[in-house]
Amino acid sequence: MKILAFAEQRDGKFKKSAFEVTQAAAGVATKLNAELITVVVGNSLDGILSDLGKYGANKIIAIQDARLDRYSTTAYAKVIGEIAQKEGAAIIFFSATQMGKDVAPRVAAKLNAGLASDCIAIRIEGSEVIATRPVYAGKTLIEVKINSPVKIFALRSNVFTATPKDGAQVIVENVKPELTDADFASKVIDVKVAEGRPDVTEANIVVSGGRGMKGPEHFQLIEKLADILGGAVGASRAVVDAGWRTHDEQVGQTGKTVSPTLYIACGISGAIQHIAGMSSSKFIVAINKDKDAPIFQLADYGIAGDLFEILPPLTEEFKKLLGK
Amino acid sequence: MKCIVCVNHVPDTEAKIKVGADGKYIDKTGINHILNPYDEFATEAILQLKEKNGGETIAITLGGDSHKETLRKALAMGVDKAVLLKDDSVRDSLSVAKALAEELKKHSPDFILFGKQSIDYYNEQIPGMVAAFLGVPSVTSVVKLTVEDKKVTCHREIEGGQEVVETTYPVVISAQKGLNEPRYPSLKGIMASKTKPITEVQPIAVAPAVETITMIKPQSKQSGKIVGADATAVPELVRLLHEEAKVI
Ligand SMILES: Cc1cc2nc3c(=O)[nH]c(=O)nc-3n(C[C@H](O)[C@H](O)[C@H](O)COP(=O)(O)OP(=O)(O)OC[C@H]3O[C@@H](n4cnc5c(N)ncnc54)[C@H](O)[C@@H]3O)c2cc1C
Repeated sequence: MKILAFAEQRDGKFKKSAFEVTQAAAGVATKLNAELITVVVGNSLDGILSDLGKYGANKIIAIQDARLDRYSTTAYAKVIGEIAQKEGAAIIFFSATQMGKDVAPRVAAKLNAGLASDCIAIRIEGSEVIATRPVYAGKTLIEVKINSPVKIFALRSNVFTATPKDGAQVIVENVKPELTDADFASKVIDVKVAEGRPDVTEANIVVSGGRGMKGPEHFQLIEKLADILGGAVGASRAVVDAGWRTHDEQVGQTGKTVSPTLYIACGISGAIQHIAGMSSSKFIVAINKDKDAPIFQLADYGIAGDLFEILPPLTEEFKKLLGK
Repeated sequence: MKCIVCVNHVPDTEAKIKVGADGKYIDKTGINHILNPYDEFATEAILQLKEKNGGETIAITLGGDSHKETLRKALAMGVDKAVLLKDDSVRDSLSVAKALAEELKKHSPDFILFGKQSIDYYNEQIPGMVAAFLGVPSVTSVVKLTVEDKKVTCHREIEGGQEVVETTYPVVISAQKGLNEPRYPSLKGIMASKTKPITEVQPIAVAPAVETITMIKPQSKQSGKIVGADATAVPELVRLLHEEAKVI
């Protein structure tokens, strides 16, 4: 049996989630006694491919072409789907990133395969892969299995571990795709990168502010703390709707789903729709002056006090600890 | 221009979720359902496309009779007519997408809009699958959409920025929050929606590929430690994060 893992790169760099998905797929391959093939799509990637060896890849299929330098839903779906067919893959893993969530459904349709999105755990039972995924805003979880011959799973970022080991030797097979203009029916013509801080979905630490921040000008308290910790800035919907922060920072049901190692919620009440987006964070810290705020039911640690008094010394204390 | 929005009927976000007797799905008794919030952005988008380019707008859903409520909401916002693919069976995204694609083919739409995801199952799959079945391009998580002549330009949200995607129509687009401000149905719109046609169609039957084995109530977390009530608690909080949680 063959298992495919799609390792996403952008701008010639692997995403951390690419290592997570490779390692998770390698684990499944070992348990099912299957062969793991890691698929990479892009252009001029030879120099980085061996990095995947540290996460359990040994065979890599690199599909490279100048026109695949930038993402194209139609072209990427075509080349990934074709490789899966050619190899006769029984299981395919994607990351549930913006690229993974965009391309996986098209590949699934092509292969007539069931797809389990945004999985937060996978386990093997007999010869079956069972995936756990949150539903209803994380109010409950479901376990699913897939009954189609080809089974596809997309794994939530930051949930699965990626621990580098001594690099095993990787075998790279280069595949020159056959592509026509029609395969680029949709193509990315420009990428606008937000400067500075990491994205909330990718950061290890997210410092989020809510209506308790009282106004956009006070978000510099959040920004300073995030910068000391090398983290991202997040926001509740209340502050995005008020125009204090932009929507790309919104965490929650109608915002982004995040799973950082540490989530610091400042002046956020913890409405169910907010919790929907951050409950899979590994450690949650709440700072809220209302000791009965629902966020405390979820928080590992909290300070039930005024954030305006707490955030400046907290930033100082971290600065000291981190020697900055 | 023919513009179709595919909408879903989902439990209200405030709904208390109880695992049903079968242990696989929720107990729907007493749960209020709404038009999926992301589908409101998609509905607004097709109304704006029609306002600019003329043509016709249609809302389609797949589900039981209760889904008509959601179609009425779209009609009240201003959509011209609606189709209910009447089916109460358990489906997964692939089998819904196949049924929707079959119906969509009959209409030859120029624009097919979806919400980015349904807020019940968070699958984010159907737009891409439908596009693949129709053999047309798709752009998901769209926060900006412009159409000029035959050229479609979308901004789609990615980690740490946006991609600017160029494509043509017919096209499938999924709407992310930020695309527009959905209008509220006017009283006139609500009255008009009562007389607008909802056609019932028998969708093709497709067995689901993804099977739910169990629904698990997440373990309620032990309430954490409140370290203190003012700035004097700061050193202790930092110590706990460093030494106990080991996250810093
Ligand atoms: C369909 C739908 C989708 C939604 N999607 C989302 C979503 O994606 N994300 C999201 O966040 N919300 C979402 N919401 C909104 C959600 O229900 C809440 O309204 C929102 O999360 C509240 O934001 P908040 O916690 O910042 O504000 P509030 O609920 O107003 O809470 C502010 C908190 O700040 C505290 N506070 C005030 N002053 C101070 C101070 N000086 N020091 C410390 N604490 C202070 C208060 O005690 C309070 O707990 C959605 C709602 C709906 C209906």
